Amino acid sequence: MSHSTGQHYVGSHDRASPMNPRETTTTVKVDRDHRVTIGEYTSPNARIRCRDVGVFYGEKQAVQEINLDIGKHQVIALIGPSGCGKSTFLRCLNRMNDTIPDCRVTGEITMDGQPIYGEDVDVVPLRAQVGMVFQKPNPFPKSIFENVAYGPRIHGLVHVKSDMEEIVEKSLRRAGLWDEVKDRLAQPGTGLSGGQQQRLCIARTIAVNPEVILMDEPCSALDPIATAKIEQLIDELRTLYTIVIVTHSMQQAARVSQRTAYFHLGRLIEVGETAQVFTNPQHQLTEDYITGRFG
Amino acid sequence: MLLGVAAYHLGSRRARGLIKPDGPRLHSLPGFYGYYLALWATLPAMMVILLWLLGEGQIITAGALAALPAEMTQGDVNQLSLLVNDIRNVAAGSGYEQADTVIKSAAERYLQLERQSNLLLTVLSLCVSLGGALHAQRRITPEFRARNQVEKILTFGLTGCALLAILTTVGIVLSVLIESIRFFQMVPITDFLFGLKWSPQIAMRSDQVGSSGAFGAIPLLTGTLLISMVAMIVAVPIGLLSAIYLSEYAGPRFRSTAKPLLEILAGIPTVVYGFFAALVVAPFIRELGSSIGLDVSSESALAAGLVMGIMIIPFVCSLSDDFINAVPQSLRDGAYALGATQSETIRQVIMPAALPGVVGGILLAISRAIGETMIVVMAAGLSANLTFNPLAAVTTVTTQIVTLLVGDQEFDSPKTLAAFALGLVLFLLTLALNILALRIVRKYREQYE
Amino acid sequence: MSDSSTQKTANARSHDIVMAGLGKRRRAERRFRAYGLVSIMAALVFLVLLFTSIVSKGYSAFLYTNLALDITFDPQMIDPEGARSPEALASGDYDALWKSAIYKLFPDVTERQKKRALTGFVGSSAGQRLRAMVKADPSLIGSTQQVWLPVDDTIDMLAKGNLGDAAELSDKNKDSLIWLTELQNQSRIRKAINKEFFMNGDSREPEAAGIWGAVLGSAFTLLVTIGLSLPIGIAAAIYLEEFASRNRWTDLIEVNINNLAAVPSIVFGLLGLAVFINLFGLPRSSPLVGGLVLTLMTLPVIIIAGRSALKSVPPSVREAALGIGASPVQMVFHHVLPLAMPGMLTGAIIGTARALGESAPLLMIGMVAFIVDVPTGLTSPATVLPVQIYLWADSPERAFVERTSAAIMVLLVFLVMMNGLAVYLRKRYERRW
Repeated sequence: MSHSTGQHYVGSHDRASPMNPRETTTTVKVDRDHRVTIGEYTSPNARIRCRDVGVFYGEKQAVQEINLDIGKHQVIALIGPSGCGKSTFLRCLNRMNDTIPDCRVTGEITMDGQPIYGEDVDVVPLRAQVGMVFQKPNPFPKSIFENVAYGPRIHGLVHVKSDMEEIVEKSLRRAGLWDEVKDRLAQPGTGLSGGQQQRLCIARTIAVNPEVILMDEPCSALDPIATAKIEQLIDELRTLYTIVIVTHSMQQAARVSQRTAYFHLGRLIEVGETAQVFTNPQHQLTEDYITGRFG
Repeated sequence: MLLGVAAYHLGSRRARGLIKPDGPRLHSLPGFYGYYLALWATLPAMMVILLWLLGEGQIITAGALAALPAEMTQGDVNQLSLLVNDIRNVAAGSGYEQADTVIKSAAERYLQLERQSNLLLTVLSLCVSLGGALHAQRRITPEFRARNQVEKILTFGLTGCALLAILTTVGIVLSVLIESIRFFQMVPITDFLFGLKWSPQIAMRSDQVGSSGAFGAIPLLTGTLLISMVAMIVAVPIGLLSAIYLSEYAGPRFRSTAKPLLEILAGIPTVVYGFFAALVVAPFIRELGSSIGLDVSSESALAAGLVMGIMIIPFVCSLSDDFINAVPQSLRDGAYALGATQSETIRQVIMPAALPGVVGGILLAISRAIGETMIVVMAAGLSANLTFNPLAAVTTVTTQIVTLLVGDQEFDSPKTLAAFALGLVLFLLTLALNILALRIVRKYREQYE
Repeated sequence: MSDSSTQKTANARSHDIVMAGLGKRRRAERRFRAYGLVSIMAALVFLVLLFTSIVSKGYSAFLYTNLALDITFDPQMIDPEGARSPEALASGDYDALWKSAIYKLFPDVTERQKKRALTGFVGSSAGQRLRAMVKADPSLIGSTQQVWLPVDDTIDMLAKGNLGDAAELSDKNKDSLIWLTELQNQSRIRKAINKEFFMNGDSREPEAAGIWGAVLGSAFTLLVTIGLSLPIGIAAAIYLEEFASRNRWTDLIEVNINNLAAVPSIVFGLLGLAVFINLFGLPRSSPLVGGLVLTLMTLPVIIIAGRSALKSVPPSVREAALGIGASPVQMVFHHVLPLAMPGMLTGAIIGTARALGESAPLLMIGMVAFIVDVPTGLTSPATVLPVQIYLWADSPERAFVERTSAAIMVLLVFLVMMNGLAVYLRKRYERRW
């Protein structure tokens, strides 16, 4: 999927192919180690600011020197070849890396000005604010209703049954699943189809009123029709939430995101408006990836 | 054995001899012809020896008994077996001086028959062995598929070994069932299953009153249940919480020291636990009870159950550990991403997901507790009280089996047969639990594959 | 856009609620974590308690209190006729020798009852020991020797302080304690390594009871068990894993084996009693029958371990062997089996270790009988170490408590060695594919 490129990028492919990469780097003011991120990584209305973020697994450094702002009410897509550290970086944003032994995060990440890796920061409210949807749909082995109600329940958001029903309905509606499941809320969530399960997981995330939703390749395990539905949903959710999506599919990034960040070997190579990154990549590596030379 | 080795060499030599530059190629490696020959030389002979040894005892005994005067062999079965025992003892050389002449002559006849039989057996097995080897040797030709033949015999043997498992089960069922049926002919099955009173000793002595009515298994079953329940109350929370801590909280270093230590607990023989229960735990509980004004029996169900619980902790712990680890990481991630704390994730997401497996594991543990023998034999009482008070002395099915069968009893009394009936109950009970548990566990494993 | 602003307030409200509930949830978290830790600690405390109670009770059994007596080998008592033939030497009154020796030590004890108590000071095997000495060296007769003799088991307990404070003692034991202190002052009391414990068979007298018979019985029994269960178990595992096609029969066998592994051991004992002893007429109490019963019990364990060892050999090895034209049998025996062997052996050792600690089924087949003689073969009556422990645990004498604990320690040492071997094998041959 990621190898194929859209028709309108063929031109850029032609332009880049005869060039020696080394010569290219001189033209776009980047050293050969790709030490500097190209493009505007800051954002005027940033919700999350990352400065010089690095992630280590034991001795091995998986991600280094990431500087990136994530603005309000927009979708930012993280793209790059497998193993480039984009998922690892994503998991830093709600401290999901804490669950992995030997994993260490350096640098600074702030949310609304507060450092999220501070000593006294509790991950529980952080994760309530920054929700996450995973690659493979992972509904709990509970009923559909309970899946959605779980978050509000543990956080004590509602105490009355009718309020809970309201939240569940609202969340399922926002996730575009209500009409499909409203008659079988008591059935197990694992009985739904893959696409429905993934939307159930989105509904589950929405139910705790997060401000940011992280999505880690949310469509990679789904068929094209289910994917289209999720992509449409992401577009709708943009008005209410800030969304960071990791994706393998460049088309998907182009379709759903406003900004795109390209990762390569644990570094953020280039970031910018999606249209600009895809039509006029500044870095040779970005261009090679987008034109399908590797990835 | 020796013949087999010799036959192997003969066979492979002969096969090598068959290799001629212009002749047909051997089908198999020469070694296989050797094996073929060796198998023919040993297997039939071994079969003969086995059959002979099985039948020998009866024939010789019959022969020896025939040497006795007729009136002595007229007695009933028990007297006869006593007589046979005497003869064997004298033949083996013990108590020769005291034995009377009739027995002595019978013993001599016994020995003589034994010698004859041994001689006959040696000759016969040698003949069969040589015959087999000869037969096999004649079949060795270049075209002969020795490898296939040898492999066929080999797989046959392997199959036989696997079938032994079924044979064991059949053996258990048959032996226990047959004796139980004999028991139920003496004591009605309803009395056994629903009787509230268990006193086999009285039943033994009271021939004049009639030996029925004292074989009610209910007190034993409730006793077993009571002790198992105490054991599970100890083992399940401790085992489960330990497993949770080890798999979810503990660092790798703590885990790698604590786990083997817990497994030591599983490797300790049950007789050691029994000793510990009888010598340390039971007096301790008794004293503790009397210090707060409770009357605790020195063979209380509590002591036996407590120690049995300790024994089962590692079992519950390692099974639960397996099942908790089998819960996919994605479920944990999902809960964490919603902002659940670790304990909320464990209690509300992981445990429900692991529940079927854990329940299966607990069922297996219960079946172990029910079948556990040494702890209860040593620490629980013999008096069959129908009570659910854990401070009182109760007895269990396994304890009664041991007390009924240990010591010299004639085999056909209702007392010994009752042990087999109890064995049948025990077997069926644990079998049902095991099948149920294994089915649940298997279903659970499939769910997360 | 109003949707967006209500969402914003909802977010803020949620955040406040989450923050408010946080303290309570964190406390619950800590509590839950503590439960887990406490559970593990409880289990480990049980373990420590078990070991300390057994070691503290048992270690003293490896030493035994001996008493030095100046024995005069009086020809009048040993062999009045002076024949010096073995029969004559055997029939001498050796008890009188040590009795007179101990009376001599306490000349002021004249009361009949106290005199009897004094003779109870020395272990009842003393006479036999002296007889053995004379038998080995008849020239002792007529001489006076200082001989170390084991004291009575009660006195041994007294010397070891196992009977409690002086105030709790019975009058008889109080007297003994006085004598004991006096003898100690004369340095006639010493603790020596209890050789009898390791070299004797069972006995009714604690001071003469040893574990050697039981150890040999265990060895014979395990010999039968290993000799049968290892080849049969491995063969069955090979068949089920490599040759059997999956059909109802093999499914049945598999379910069967899994169930057999969970059948209570005592049921195997019933099987052994009914089939091996009553049907086949094999000798009761013999290691042969015990070994057969334990074989049936161990087989499922070995088969299950063997199968998982075979399963862990990657299919590429099989395909490679078949690819160069090996028959399936050759493939298994030349290539798969050697690779799976360490895993199979590890399983077998663990299974055998379990068999070594097993006692319930052996009670059923009569290995619980009181047997003094050290077993000489597979069919001679014997007992095994765990059953010996059971028997001693049932004995009323105080001295048997310490012996039981000591026997348990010996058994545990054997078990630790076997499990250590299994761990070593696993570590040594561990292979990750």
